[in-house]
Amino acid sequence: MAFKVIKPGLLALLQDLGRHGHQSIGLTTGGPMDEIAFRWGNALLDNDSNSAQIEITFGMLTLEAQAATSIAITGADLDATLNDKSLTPWQTYAIKKGDVLAFHQPVWGLRAYLAVKGGFLCEPTLGSVATVVREKIGGLTGKGDKLQKGDVLAYQTCHEHQQRSVPRLAIPHYGNKEIPVILGYQYQSFSALDRANFFSSDYVVSSHSDRMGYRLEGKAIHSELNGIISEGIAYGAIQIPKDGQPIVLLQDRQTIGGYPKIGCVTRVGGGILAQQKPGDRIQFTPITVDQAERERHLQMARLAQWR
Amino acid sequence: MSHDNFPNLAMVSNQACLLTFSQVISEATSNYIVQVTQHLSTLAGIVDLVPSYTTLLVVFNDDDYDRFAIFKAINQAIDAIDPNDFSLKDQREVVIPVYYGKEVGPDIEDVAKHCKLSVDEVIKHHHETTYRAYAIGFTPGFAFLGNTPEELHVPRKTTPRLKVPIGSVALAENQTAVYPSVTPGGWQIIGRTPVNLIDWGSENLALIAIGDSVRFEPISRDEFLVLGGQLDGF
Repeated sequence: MAFKVIKPGLLALLQDLGRHGHQSIGLTTGGPMDEIAFRWGNALLDNDSNSAQIEITFGMLTLEAQAATSIAITGADLDATLNDKSLTPWQTYAIKKGDVLAFHQPVWGLRAYLAVKGGFLCEPTLGSVATVVREKIGGLTGKGDKLQKGDVLAYQTCHEHQQRSVPRLAIPHYGNKEIPVILGYQYQSFSALDRANFFSSDYVVSSHSDRMGYRLEGKAIHSELNGIISEGIAYGAIQIPKDGQPIVLLQDRQTIGGYPKIGCVTRVGGGILAQQKPGDRIQFTPITVDQAERERHLQMARLAQWR
Repeated sequence: MSHDNFPNLAMVSNQACLLTFSQVISEATSNYIVQVTQHLSTLAGIVDLVPSYTTLLVVFNDDDYDRFAIFKAINQAIDAIDPNDFSLKDQREVVIPVYYGKEVGPDIEDVAKHCKLSVDEVIKHHHETTYRAYAIGFTPGFAFLGNTPEELHVPRKTTPRLKVPIGSVALAENQTAVYPSVTPGGWQIIGRTPVNLIDWGSENLALIAIGDSVRFEPISRDEFLVLGGQLDGF
């Protein structure tokens, strides 16, 4: 059966772990902005880790259930209610036919994930349901549409419910504003003073931030490279354009570009960054590839052991 | 190309590394990149490969590789390729029909003026050159084709258009390209093709792949319309 969209909210998108293998023709990956929250959503319901969920940005989304199932909510606290009763994120809830599930406004964080038992049923485009609005690909229609009033999000009816929640220690600290950065191969092209400024200044999230990239405002820094030959852009790459204001490239990033990059934000750090709203302040903190590998393995091991 | 420091391999993150093959753009470098890309695409645990002019970004699954394992795998792949054999096996030639002129190419007269050529000479120089697809990006299927003959070198427009129609054939500096979808764009538009550059339903998805050889073929307004070309879009 299905959830029917009563109110579509600001931006609600079907996502899985992304559309990989097509960057060589310029197609971006899409996928969840907060990957750890997404993975926990599926783990809570014993779903395949790639099962489709809804990424809800900001809130204002109301859904009506047409059949029983189990759901999990992870990521931001968007003041979710089930039949007007408050829900706490990072756990599962039983859903009955006729239930009304609503996400109001952020209490903390920006993006919540709604997972359903077995995942939302949706025909993939190029192997993935990930919605990329800009490229008009993925999602319910296959044409990159965000959720709209009247949309029907199908799932397999399920009457068995297991009450589960994510261990407290495994929940990311969205209040932690330190974003880890792996120093890039162009790091040496920034002066010692600029590097010091980059890691010791506060940066404010600009209102021109979206799924493509987070623009930051603060101390301007400059590379000694005067532009580079366009090259592939990894997830999390921190571009420094001519105005010196960093742009962190995230899930819907363009695939190639020619600005110098001071470093790269990790998946975990990118997830925390993606939970910040315009006006929020962050700091960058340097880590090594070795530390990033260990951080990632710890996260993945926690998930695997819990499953 | 035989420089000791190339190809240079550097970690970008715990899930990606970048191979740099040269500091300068050349067909030889581009051929080498295409070969390494093809070779690496057969390896398990490689998630994405993003070839460009002088580099190849390798995105890998961090369950399969740590930084030592990925370096080893990439170095083995490079060792298996003869860097002196730059000839591309089975290089494809893509021919793109173009209706040139100001009806669909609003910048063609400005280009002619800037280059001190007639409109016919602009068309002749553009279609008599064979180009190479050096990089694909900006938007899906957008192929950066080089090099245009020196006679056609023009700067980008000072103010980009907010909307460039699908199929627009354009020039900027020493490059030419076709816009595969409606996007903003600052290149100088000289004509339009009726063929789709990107088709999500086709096997190759994109008409032009990196390493392809590309030619433009002038067609008349009637031929353009018969082939399904649209005249509006601005």
